[in-house]
Amino acid sequence: MKKDLLSIDDLTTDEIHLVLDTAEAMREIGQRPIKKVPTLRGKTIVNLFYEPSTRTRTSFEIAEKRLSADTLNIAVATSSVLKGETLADTALNIEAMAPDMIVVRHASSGAGHLLSRICRSRVINAGDGMHEHPTQALLDAFTIREHKQRIAGLKVTIVGDLLHSRVLRSNVLLLTRLGADVCVSGPPTFVPAGIERFGVRVSPRVDEAVAGADVIMMLRIQQERLHGAFIPSLREYFTTFGMTAARVALAKPDVIIMHPGPMNRGVEIASEVADGPYSVILEQVANGVAVRMAVLYLLAGGTEAD
Amino acid sequence: MARMLLKGGRVVDPANGRDGEFDVLIEGERIARVGRGLSTDGGVKIVEIPTGLVICPGLIDMHVHLREPGQEHKETVATGTAAAVAGGFTAVACMPNTSPVNDNAGVTNYILQKAAEANLARVYPIGAVSRGQNGEQLADIAELRNAGCVAITDDGRPVATAMLMRRALEYTSMFDMPIIEHCEEQTLKGDGVAHEGFHASALGLRGIPGEAESIMALRDISLAELTRGVVHIAHMSARQTLDAVRYGKSRGVRVTCEVTPHHFVLTDEMLRAPIPYDTNVKMNPPLRGAADRDAMLGGIADGSVDVIATDHAPHHADEKHVEFDHAPFGITGLETAVSLAFDRLVHAGVISLARLVELLSVNPARILKVPGGSLAEGAPADVSVLAPDLRVTVSAAAMRSRSKNTPFGGWTLRGGVAATIVGGRVVYVNEQASVDV
Repeated sequence: MKKDLLSIDDLTTDEIHLVLDTAEAMREIGQRPIKKVPTLRGKTIVNLFYEPSTRTRTSFEIAEKRLSADTLNIAVATSSVLKGETLADTALNIEAMAPDMIVVRHASSGAGHLLSRICRSRVINAGDGMHEHPTQALLDAFTIREHKQRIAGLKVTIVGDLLHSRVLRSNVLLLTRLGADVCVSGPPTFVPAGIERFGVRVSPRVDEAVAGADVIMMLRIQQERLHGAFIPSLREYFTTFGMTAARVALAKPDVIIMHPGPMNRGVEIASEVADGPYSVILEQVANGVAVRMAVLYLLAGGTEAD
Repeated sequence: MARMLLKGGRVVDPANGRDGEFDVLIEGERIARVGRGLSTDGGVKIVEIPTGLVICPGLIDMHVHLREPGQEHKETVATGTAAAVAGGFTAVACMPNTSPVNDNAGVTNYILQKAAEANLARVYPIGAVSRGQNGEQLADIAELRNAGCVAITDDGRPVATAMLMRRALEYTSMFDMPIIEHCEEQTLKGDGVAHEGFHASALGLRGIPGEAESIMALRDISLAELTRGVVHIAHMSARQTLDAVRYGKSRGVRVTCEVTPHHFVLTDEMLRAPIPYDTNVKMNPPLRGAADRDAMLGGIADGSVDVIATDHAPHHADEKHVEFDHAPFGITGLETAVSLAFDRLVHAGVISLARLVELLSVNPARILKVPGGSLAEGAPADVSVLAPDLRVTVSAAAMRSRSKNTPFGGWTLRGGVAATIVGGRVVYVNEQASVDV
């Protein structure tokens, strides 16, 4: 493995499979009465979060604790960062205390790259701006593989705010690498320039996009996008792109519905779908711990054979 | 009166139709004679120009940020003009977005005084269009002109409204003074930090489409037509803007334009490699796509582009050592322009050497109506001696500019500067180019 995990592109295809296979073993640890192994004992991991996050931070922290690492959470309000210490100086200060890994979440794309140029510690990107969220894509792939036993050849439809989504970028890189047929759909205001070069199909007609899908992945719509005139109203978004039972019925009968969270019920997804039998949204959360344990373990130098 | 004879070398002086082996006799601060086999008597310092070197009218960079007053941690008039002469420029025109803004004679005089103290390149201040560059009220333009400003601009941002631009064009038409426009439709630019396209999308960087530039250029060209004013489009980057300029020129509008070396050399691929999110490839306008870059080369080749200017924008290393979103826009350019132009334009067969001299000397002098651009007898003895075949490896650390924010560090280029002469005084000699002065 490379020193850092900043992008899915930092992983070879073999390494992606290794992470997913290792996560299978890690999941078993979470099912034991004593959910802890000594694998990362003596390792220090700093969770440096410049953006509020419940799911991802908790998931990393549980993963770290199950591997017996010493973990430390630093939550920094972005506003104070602009006035005070630079990211580079914060990184140098943390680095001076010699942690083994830094897990970073930041509102600016490429923040992890800046850290990785400064730090000897391994840097794991837990979401940088609109760029990537690689562990989310890995846990999504793990969840898909669990249900479909494969990824190659599956039709995966991703619907929502494609432009601002780091989950989209990591998933597109990972799923196309593993041979999925990826179709993305959203209002044209939410389609990033040049997206076809990612090797995905783009359709503004969501019914067409979900037809025959094996997997439907929903992306969050943020309220503040109304101000940028990306969409007229949340109500109109729901009627045009919201995932309803009627739309799900256009997909394959065994379709699974995914969402990286946090969900906006009644905006991008109807409750009947979010809570429906095909929803794997909470499984994604559960799998997140196992996948992050695998990433931490492998980055720390482990191999599957250990 | 000191006399100096530049002997040998190829004189490229398109303003006087010269391109060949000539001697250049300088007396005091002026060109005395240009001719073959000029005889010399005692008291003339003879400078042998090695074969292969080029003698041309002094290069003029009409788009430079000297940062003084107010941002001396980035650059000063002294360090900026030291960088200029090392880059082969005998004169620079400096932008008014200093602190305070150059919107009054006091600031203009201060800059000119600093330039006189530095005594390196000539400095032509450019005044603000609007007071404080706020886009509301016109600055005291006649006062600025009388103090020595050669043009006006609100560079860093566009002239805010069509009405203000109209009035500024009308008002300046009585001085026949150009308005230099930083074309950017600011609502379309939004909080963009990179060219809108695949590479910005892949990196999750907010995009700025080429149309943010061309829309404003079309506005200004239309207003120049309405008012018969003179507009110069700064740092053109998008192919749509070039089309707008061609349209304006075809209608007889008094519009000219400039392109920076980084926009005719680099593309937005640099965002990802060799260094992802390198803040030294963050500039405004942003590096565009290959089609835009190729269009700029096309405009340079066919004459649609009038000037090569650097938009030399020094920033302190600390300011650039931050997240890409938070880094200031801009790179230095004075000390790399000539090498990039030789390597990518002349040696690449895009333009002739004579055309390069037009772009870097003749045309900026004509647009700004400043002395220079010519080696005619009696002209100021501002001379650049260029070394077209010198191998130059760019070293940011070795630069004279106070700031080192260049994406070209480590590049090896063919072509450089041998010596720079301002007002008959040798102000820079490159030891690598073996000119013995």
